[in-house]
Amino acid sequence: MSNHALPAFITDEKLVELYKQMWLIRYFDEKVDQFFAKGMIHGTTHLCVGQEATAAGSIAVLQEKDKITSTHRGHGHCIAKGASVDKMMAELFGKVTGYCKGKGGSMHIADVEKGNLGANGIVGGGIPLAVGAALTSRMKNEGYVVLCFFGDGAANEGSFHESLNLASIWDLPVVFICENNQYGMSGSVKDMFNIEHIADRAQAYGIPGKVIDGNDMLEVMNAVYEAVEYARSGKGPVLIEAKTYRWKGHSKSDAKKYRTREEEQEWRKKDPIKRFKEYLMEKGVLTEEKAEQLREEAFREIEDAVAFAEKSPEPSLDTLLEDVYA
Amino acid sequence: MREITYLEAVREAMSQEMRKNQDVYLLGEDIGVYGGAFGVTRGMIEEFGPERVRNTPISEAAIAGAAVGSALTGMRPILELQFSDFITIAMDQLVNQAAKLRYMYGGKGKVPMVVRTPAGSGTGAAAQHSQSLEAWMAHIPGLKVVQPSTAYDAKGLLKAAIDDDNPVIFYEHKLLYKMKSHVPEEPYSIPLGKADMKREGKDVTIVATAMMVHKALEAAKELEKEGIDVEIVDPRTLVPLDEETIVESVKKTGRVVVVHEAVKRGGYGGEIASIIAESEAFDYLDAPIKRLGGLPVPIPYNPNLEKAAVPQVPDIIKAVKETVQFK
Ligand SMILES: Cc1ncc(C[n+]2csc(CCOP(=O)(O)OP(=O)(O)O)c2C)c(N)n1
Ligand SMILES: [Mg+2]
Repeated sequence: MSNHALPAFITDEKLVELYKQMWLIRYFDEKVDQFFAKGMIHGTTHLCVGQEATAAGSIAVLQEKDKITSTHRGHGHCIAKGASVDKMMAELFGKVTGYCKGKGGSMHIADVEKGNLGANGIVGGGIPLAVGAALTSRMKNEGYVVLCFFGDGAANEGSFHESLNLASIWDLPVVFICENNQYGMSGSVKDMFNIEHIADRAQAYGIPGKVIDGNDMLEVMNAVYEAVEYARSGKGPVLIEAKTYRWKGHSKSDAKKYRTREEEQEWRKKDPIKRFKEYLMEKGVLTEEKAEQLREEAFREIEDAVAFAEKSPEPSLDTLLEDVYA
Repeated sequence: MREITYLEAVREAMSQEMRKNQDVYLLGEDIGVYGGAFGVTRGMIEEFGPERVRNTPISEAAIAGAAVGSALTGMRPILELQFSDFITIAMDQLVNQAAKLRYMYGGKGKVPMVVRTPAGSGTGAAAQHSQSLEAWMAHIPGLKVVQPSTAYDAKGLLKAAIDDDNPVIFYEHKLLYKMKSHVPEEPYSIPLGKADMKREGKDVTIVATAMMVHKALEAAKELEKEGIDVEIVDPRTLVPLDEETIVESVKKTGRVVVVHEAVKRGGYGGEIASIIAESEAFDYLDAPIKRLGGLPVPIPYNPNLEKAAVPQVPDIIKAVKETVQFK
């Protein structure tokens, strides 16, 4: 594990909190996975198990006023940005107490008050939105930075290229963070790119690009902090590519024929939670006992979220036509 | 005759054409070993190889445009657009390029391509993965628009679409993929622009498309118990539209309900209703033309709300009764 200097507000206590947050993200998605497997939740979902560090680490270094745009694989981003797991789970259950009153589901959870401008069902759909939000920050002098999440697959959409250029020529405060989990739905980065690093594309738009180990909490926090402060200072956008791996299939139904068991096993060894725990224990801020206690707390919070979701009411049919227009 | 699913029928039509004609090839996202988001192309890369079953990056504008460019120069691409909602990203290439090139070039060149794309709600995939936007495409001169409702129709219409020298948007309904019907093994073609009478009746005509054909059939069964004899016309292709079959049916029954899943406002049902009103069938009408369509709302996630957003069997029954009882 790398050992950089962390921003001052990342105290030892905060680090320990983040450890628990990673478990909260993992257990949320593990739970959702079980429910989908049993056919208890409608629709589809995309799980970020194995990618907890990119969500938790990068959002940890933001200020409260900073905003994010998320993706279809967005539960982790949402939790890290301070969302209530109760309201998230309720949304997945299609309940009126959910973030979108049961109208959005997994792919559309947003928490605008907390600066989460939303997950997105359209690959690459959120990238231009992040640029626009950064434009507001600039024009209204609000001082916030937008952290824009997207996948490797999204980097082949036109919206990615157009957005990076636009943010670059306008020097907008946005940090593009590509969670390269090696695959789109099934397309391997090895087949879909003729370059080794997506971050190399930054050069084409005249902005800094950086490749990081997305399963290393410390490296994620450091790189994103540096990029966010660079963007905040008015120097323009940065592209970060975090190399990571999704442990589960792409979505609800996926035989994973496009990859090998061996590869999956290799990446499981790089479990970001385990690595962070080892770091914290080495640093002397976490004991085995405390770690276990935090993990259990996270587990219980997810169980409580399920109970909340289960006992919440369905939206009434009268709400169907509400909220189409402002 | 053997029964196969709608999904298998689509795959069979493509495979049979690809065996026969080297110019026909497939491109799209995750259509390789993954077999496509809905499994339609499963096994095809194994048979035809990666040159002819081209697994693409997530780049709808580029792959749509590449299909157009290759069609213009002698290939016959079939583009699988993973969800029909993503046509928004491919739109410029389809609307400003594919649809118009031949005309703009004074009749030189042609764009023989098919865009196959799953549409419709009912899967819980919510607002960005459940739309029915076929009326947009039907509005564009130069494009043809097909909406098969059965496995039999899907196979025959897809062959006709592949054989056609024009860009054809071929809408597959997600909820129909698993539905079976009798399908001949040998290739056959159903001409574009030929409606199909899915049920004959004398009291009222329902013009229904895609999934709504099956809802209308269910409604007709219920209505039969009450002595109402429903005729169901499935246009199968919106462009070209078989106006004659629709008009003749309405002349016979004197009453008509038009139903589609797409949002009613600006939906293709308005076009069908207008065609009837402008035709000689107008004089035969004993009741106002009734239109049923989706409510003016993005498709919600919650299953009850999702169902309520688009016409269901009871809505069709109610509309038919109102039409039949109109004095
Ligand atoms: C415009 C668009 N094209 C295709 C899809 C279907 N789709 C959903 S997720 C996905 C893969 C996205 O890959 P990536 O950006 O790497 O994100 P990951 O799923 O790996 O997190 C695809 C193809 C979509 N939702 N939107
Ligand atoms: Mg990916």
